[in-house]
Amino acid sequence: MSFIVDHYNYWIVVLLMMMGFYVVIAANNLVKKIVGLNIFQTSVFMMYISIGKVNGGSAPIAAEGITTYSNPLPHVLILTAIVVGVATTAVGLALVVRIKRAYGTVEENEFEDKEDLI
Amino acid sequence: MNIWSTLDPAQLINLTIVVPLIGAAFIALFSQQPNLREGVSIITAVVLFTLVLAVTDNTFSKLSMETTWVALFPGLEIAYSVEPLGVLFALVASFLWIITTIYSIGYMRGHNEENQTRFFFCFALSISTVMAICFSANLLTLFIFYELLTLSTYPLVTHAGTKEAKHGGRVYLGVLLSTSIVLFLLAILGTWVSAGTLNFTPGGVFTQAHSDSLVALLLVLFCYGIGKAALMPFHRWLPAAMVAPTPASSLLHAVAVVKAGVFSILKVVIYIFGIDNLSDIATTDVMLYIGTATVLLSSCVAMTKDSLKARLAYSTVSQLSYIVVGALLASSVAAAGASLHIATHAVGKITLFFCAGAIMVAAHKKNISEMVGLGRKMPITMIAFAIAALSIIGLPPMAGTWSKWYLMVGAVEADKMIIVVVLTISSLLNVAYLLPIPIKAFFNTPSGDQPAWSWSETKEAPLPSLIAIVVTTTACLWLFFYPQPLIDLINLIPDVSTELKGRP
Amino acid sequence: MFAQHLPVLPIILPLMAAPLCILLGRSHLAWLLATLVSALSFVISVDVLLTTLEQGVLSYAIGGWQPPWGIEIRIDTASAMILSAVTGISTLVLVYAKESIAKEVDPSQHTLFYTAHLLCLTGLSGILSTGDAFNLFVFLEISSLATYTLVSLGSDKRCLTAAFRYLVMGTIGATFILIGVGMLYMKTGTLNMIDLADRIAEFNGNRTLKTGLAFILVGVSIKLALFPLHMWLPPAYTHAPSAVSAFLASTATKVAVYVMVRFIFTIYGAEFVFHTMSMDILLLALAIVAIFKCSFMATVQSNVKTVLAYSSVAQIGYMILGISLVSSVGLMAGLLHIFNHALMKGALFMAVGAVLLRTGSVDIKAFQGLGKQMPLTMAAFTIAGLSIIGVPLTAGFVSKWYLVTAALEQQQWVIAMLVLLGSLLAIIYIGRILEAAYFKEPSELTAGKDIKEAPMLMLVPMWVLVIANIYFGIDTSLTLSAADTAAQLLTQSMTEIEAAQ
Repeated sequence: MSFIVDHYNYWIVVLLMMMGFYVVIAANNLVKKIVGLNIFQTSVFMMYISIGKVNGGSAPIAAEGITTYSNPLPHVLILTAIVVGVATTAVGLALVVRIKRAYGTVEENEFEDKEDLI
Repeated sequence: MNIWSTLDPAQLINLTIVVPLIGAAFIALFSQQPNLREGVSIITAVVLFTLVLAVTDNTFSKLSMETTWVALFPGLEIAYSVEPLGVLFALVASFLWIITTIYSIGYMRGHNEENQTRFFFCFALSISTVMAICFSANLLTLFIFYELLTLSTYPLVTHAGTKEAKHGGRVYLGVLLSTSIVLFLLAILGTWVSAGTLNFTPGGVFTQAHSDSLVALLLVLFCYGIGKAALMPFHRWLPAAMVAPTPASSLLHAVAVVKAGVFSILKVVIYIFGIDNLSDIATTDVMLYIGTATVLLSSCVAMTKDSLKARLAYSTVSQLSYIVVGALLASSVAAAGASLHIATHAVGKITLFFCAGAIMVAAHKKNISEMVGLGRKMPITMIAFAIAALSIIGLPPMAGTWSKWYLMVGAVEADKMIIVVVLTISSLLNVAYLLPIPIKAFFNTPSGDQPAWSWSETKEAPLPSLIAIVVTTTACLWLFFYPQPLIDLINLIPDVSTELKGRP
Repeated sequence: MFAQHLPVLPIILPLMAAPLCILLGRSHLAWLLATLVSALSFVISVDVLLTTLEQGVLSYAIGGWQPPWGIEIRIDTASAMILSAVTGISTLVLVYAKESIAKEVDPSQHTLFYTAHLLCLTGLSGILSTGDAFNLFVFLEISSLATYTLVSLGSDKRCLTAAFRYLVMGTIGATFILIGVGMLYMKTGTLNMIDLADRIAEFNGNRTLKTGLAFILVGVSIKLALFPLHMWLPPAYTHAPSAVSAFLASTATKVAVYVMVRFIFTIYGAEFVFHTMSMDILLLALAIVAIFKCSFMATVQSNVKTVLAYSSVAQIGYMILGISLVSSVGLMAGLLHIFNHALMKGALFMAVGAVLLRTGSVDIKAFQGLGKQMPLTMAAFTIAGLSIIGVPLTAGFVSKWYLVTAALEQQQWVIAMLVLLGSLLAIIYIGRILEAAYFKEPSELTAGKDIKEAPMLMLVPMWVLVIANIYFGIDTSLTLSAADTAAQLLTQSMTEIEAAQ
């Protein structure tokens, strides 16, 4: 039991990741696929953020009397990854807009040609 | 003989390869002037032949000739080095190129073929690659030009551009490329990785240190990988390639391409495995019997063919296997016989093909059944056909006698009586499928009534073709009476000799 | 002074030029700028390659922050070799693109095309130069995002769904890599590749590291389109503008292969990946299936771009096969093939793009009779096709030679034979197209049309690549020494282990 509780942050990560993954695969609507992709990426952000935590550590701001700090590097890293994620979402949504214009639908099952399925 | 004696011997090799290329360039340049174009063709061929004669001269005076072009991989170059077997093949190929060019002029014009420039161009290209094959110093060089030969002859096979020609071309390319890429290349790389060298070395490159199973496997890979030797079951390309115009069939598929195949096998056997080591290899006998089976089976198939060119093609398959058998008998005399057979079979078979082409041009007949009584119309052609057929069968006084003789002696020396029996049976089969053609042509008539024969009724092929036929027929006879230069040349090959070993 | 900054310039130059392209506004000005910048990057890369051959590894601290704290640009021979190929191909593709996109891409998007192309180049150069695992992920995403955009610029509406599929799979792959890198950082506390390599050796067999490796390998496999994760590639290459297909096929997936090599050999070490995790068997099996399945798929397609796309997946199989042989010759063969395949696929896609420009179709029927109508284009296609098959005196033969040698050195006769059998399938799929071009009469697609030879601006880059194919098939000293040095460097850890045993 303590194994589960002690690593609760990872369980959340795994749960989110699987949810996101499932949505990407199962969703019929392209926008929902993008949403799933976002959830999927967010889980990884959570992972990075949680591993920066050092037990008993404080926020990484130099202050007197504090000797243990949490690790700020993963947070910085994940900022970059979030930017990448946002850019991906933007490109993805832009594609969805153009697909809507070209095909008249964003529902995968409404495409006429089976080869176009995503 | 040697009009090039002022040249550096190493340059000679370069020239033999480059001269046909230059010729090809000029042929392409003069594509609009047929006379000039064919003049260039003949001049190139003659120059090439004199060059090869000079090389021969140097070989007899034991002058070593080597040249390196470029190092493709570390320790592995595109390099050339002259050795007697290659000289023999080069002599045959370059001499017959002259004759074939003369013949082609008559044939191509008589037949009103299209794309004649492409024909002469590819022809010169393929001769250039054949020269490179002859003088290659290592297996890599041999392989490269072996492949280029396949590619440069492909347009010749598909020359007609008909559906049939395309199909033939596909089979041709498919079989030759796939065997060479999958098996030949694998064998070469296997040799390279295990022996560390690909150079042709007298006595072979393998030592006792190499595992027996590896060497045995390599032998099989080589024999089948060199698909141009047309060992069954990879012989299908040869009959398929007969859709080519007859001059192409005659030079390429009686001389250059197929002989490049058996030449490669001989080279591999003599310089990679070593004749003396051959009998220790487990698979030698297996390949030997596959060779003998090919001899018999393809002779049988030849009998069933009514199309003259198809019959000749299967006859070639069978004759090629003579050479493979001779190479694998592990006897120096048999190897000599095999080497000699390259030359004697070449002149014989090319004459037969020339005749087939002449019949096609003059009488427009392709099938044997239609040739009854043709001797009256085309006496010279049919006499030449008869002489060449006798040479292929191996009856004196024709050239084929000698090579068959040495092959038989070699088989006896190797104590393989069954090979002797098979060779004899095969000769009988040759009689059965070749001789009826001239006999029916001369002694039967289609209608039965026999009008008096006169010269005025004859309708022979165009003069250039006729000259070519006469020349090669003479060569068939000539080589019976004066085989000595060739035999001397063969005796220079390491481990190969026309003398029995036991004799003092 | 200037010379010391050279290693970073192939990243910085295109990055700075990309927004300028939009600012310039005019299509041909943007083209000129992009081409010049790309050419400059190429010259610098070649210079860097020659330097690494003489001096070994080049290290450059970005912003003056010393590694391992700052991000290090670290170029060894392997990176420099592929960097030269990528920038070189990029330059040629840009020269080619002017005429090619004129018909295939909407005029209002031409400047955007050059911008996206330069950003893609930035990303690729970055991946090849960086010495930092996280930085690598960032550059990977820069190039990927640019790629999705480029693919979506195609004239057929199906390019959109292809780009979307590529985006979804590519993002999943990138996220997997991100997870893997995160796990590496969790365990080792560093992101610098050299540091990582040192510390991973200490933790040999740790479960976090193993899991990280699994995520990274799967993620990279998606990016490099290793069978069976290749499903995004054929539609993307088929429907992208030809210039984009030519660029991506010869660079993007190759760089992903490089990423795999980096992670396996530099960061984790061959010992960890191949002995502890036995990844060689998995990679080997997938590579062989890729070669056969995808070569076979290539033989049955009617769209020539799809044929080439499937052929690309098969050729990637050869590269992975070289890696999975776990020897320095095998790795060298893989690296060589990365370089050589870039030359051939680039030329092939360029030829197809020229056909698309002139006939308006890339169906195999459109190729009928082109041997006479577009002789130079089809001659280029023929030679590059022979190179794919691996005919001697072309670049393809050289890589095939080393691949088979590597297999035979390990007594893997069956694998050697399979590699060679794979080239037979290449004969079929290239042969079909050549047969149509040279032996068939024009079909209803092109009959009656007056089809001219491709414009000079397309022919020149195409033929440069074709000549490179022949040149590197005959004079192999440069590519061989580069690939050999690179492979030696990368497998150093492995040879030490072998020596110790």
